[in-house]
Amino acid sequence: MEALRRIVIIGATSGIARHCARAWLAPGPADLTLVGRDAERLARVEADLKARSPGSQCHSLPVDLLDPATIEATVATILERGAVDTVLIAHGLLPEQPACQASLTEAWEALVVNGMSPVLWAEAFARAMEDAGRGTLALIGSVAGDRGRKSNYTYGAAKSLVATCAAGMQHRFAGTAVRVVLIKPGPTDTPMTAVLKADGARLADVAQVARDTVRAIDRGVPVAYVPGRWRWIMWVVRSLPMAIFNRLDI
Amino acid sequence: MKSVSSWGRLSCEPHHFTSLLDPSSVAAELAGADRPGLAYGMGRSYGDVCLNPDGRLWSTAGLDHLLAFDDKSGRLTCEAGMLLGDIQRLCIPRGWTLPVSPGTQWVTVGGAIANDVHGKNHHRQGSFGDHVLRLTLARTDGTLIECGPDEQPDWFAATVGGLGLTGVIVKADIQLCPVAGPWLETETLPYRGLTEFFELADSSEADWEYTVSWFDCLSRDVRGLFLRANPSSEGGSAPTPRRLAMPFAPPASLVNRASLKLFNAAYYQLGRRRASRTLQHYQAFFYPLDRIDRWNLMYGPRGFYQYQCVVPREGGQQAVQAMLDKIADSGEGSFLAVLKTFGRRQAPGMLSFPMPGVTLALDFPNRGVRSLALFEQLDEIVAAAGGRLYMAKDARMPRSLFEAGYPRLPEFTPFRDAGISSALSRRLMGN
Repeated sequence: MEALRRIVIIGATSGIARHCARAWLAPGPADLTLVGRDAERLARVEADLKARSPGSQCHSLPVDLLDPATIEATVATILERGAVDTVLIAHGLLPEQPACQASLTEAWEALVVNGMSPVLWAEAFARAMEDAGRGTLALIGSVAGDRGRKSNYTYGAAKSLVATCAAGMQHRFAGTAVRVVLIKPGPTDTPMTAVLKADGARLADVAQVARDTVRAIDRGVPVAYVPGRWRWIMWVVRSLPMAIFNRLDI
Repeated sequence: MKSVSSWGRLSCEPHHFTSLLDPSSVAAELAGADRPGLAYGMGRSYGDVCLNPDGRLWSTAGLDHLLAFDDKSGRLTCEAGMLLGDIQRLCIPRGWTLPVSPGTQWVTVGGAIANDVHGKNHHRQGSFGDHVLRLTLARTDGTLIECGPDEQPDWFAATVGGLGLTGVIVKADIQLCPVAGPWLETETLPYRGLTEFFELADSSEADWEYTVSWFDCLSRDVRGLFLRANPSSEGGSAPTPRRLAMPFAPPASLVNRASLKLFNAAYYQLGRRRASRTLQHYQAFFYPLDRIDRWNLMYGPRGFYQYQCVVPREGGQQAVQAMLDKIADSGEGSFLAVLKTFGRRQAPGMLSFPMPGVTLALDFPNRGVRSLALFEQLDEIVAAAGGRLYMAKDARMPRSLFEAGYPRLPEFTPFRDAGISSALSRRLMGN
């Protein structure tokens, strides 16, 4: 029997991640390792995926996502079972910008969860993929990382750290069979953005975002905006001269 | 605050909006609510049954996990926000299908239970609630109630078709039906006049799982197409239908007398020419309108009403004819005039819509008092025939018609949750 494709998802209970997992299992079974912070929520996601795809292997690993030693040890544990084909690093939290400005503890948490931690996970898997000479490493960035805006620049700064790390790894692995993919979702309807939704924001459908994400990862696209229209919106946002940009309330 | 419209887009009012994310914390979330709330799924009901202006909506979109599915027995356990389309996509390749499916797959399991929806096979399978084995209901006093046809059956009968007013459905067990594959053997038969429709409907019941009919409501002699289908075991790869979308609401309804005449005539002629047996994919047969994303925008900024009634078979033909005459006189009409017979069976819920008889459904662009005046005339006919209107579609029926159509209301009322209210419950039940 052909070996199942081995996929590891960090932050597997996040909205985009669990819909990506469903999208990956839709065409056929896979071997999934689900890493997350909360054991109970992981179990719920694992049960959902197992019921959807009985032929799949699912393993849950509840761990502290922020601690470098734990990251190191967890990745080592995952690799004990052999090389991985695809890694998706998807955890994040959406802080309130005023809270980040008022409290450095809030700002620290936002920077660590959305920036530092994903980069450390990526670094740990990059080493393994370098050794194996293959694999796809995908990180969830954000359109917020493309240009700092007053409404969410702490979150944006963390996501631009992820983007720079992805760009550096793409440079590092150029000419090898290792792919590094940076996904930049626009505002998406997930638990993370429930507050935005309650305020009436228009959010993209998470299942569609996940399908686009999975397609981009499976093709090894270096940078994918999902939904695709954000590529053009963010091009405009990045191109605006500061004199105009500073007058916008965004 | 979030502005929320139902599918008919007749209103767009601010709601306090809470996303329910974890089934184990729903009861606590409800108990801590600061104002009356209402479970909210996909917002696919047409009128005000899913709305609670200035109140709270508890969105079940995050409660979309499949909890268990047994390939041997076909029993499925899921959270209430799981979509019917998701169930179909997952289970049909594994040999099981939803026994009852409404005209769109973009509805949640919770919404399908709360409105006790029906499909084209009512004469065989009844309504959605007939296949619910068990459900968990969270109440705003912080408690959970487990009920089913054999367990606290009174709570079950109140909650099936209970419009979300007895609590928030958190999860449910559903008995699926074995199916050979995604294909259906379908047949389209043109007909003229109601007598011919009833003959076709009655003669098809024994041999056909699904029956429904579309007709041109502008033609006085009722030109229609009768569709019937059976599951097919034929193979073939699933088509990937091109999905269309209404990009925005046009400034005025695209549905008017001229466009209707054209559309209805073309649809009838095309259907008549195609009239024969064909193999159809279940998505195309069950959910034709799902191919056009947000088709409701077609009716422009003022939105539209759907008028769906059921009248008993005795005197039913005369009642339907009388309604069609009134509609033809008014010059109003719709693309989607649907006529279907219901089977002779008692629905599972105290406020379930289906009853033995014939159901008529029509969409009308909202033309304000003109539309409302027509509905009042139709109401009279429905009331005289001993029928009722479908609350999942209704935005305006008078309380008298509601009480006459739903005689089990007094039995239902004690099961209501005091912390739950909807625009519809305030309109029809006073609170």
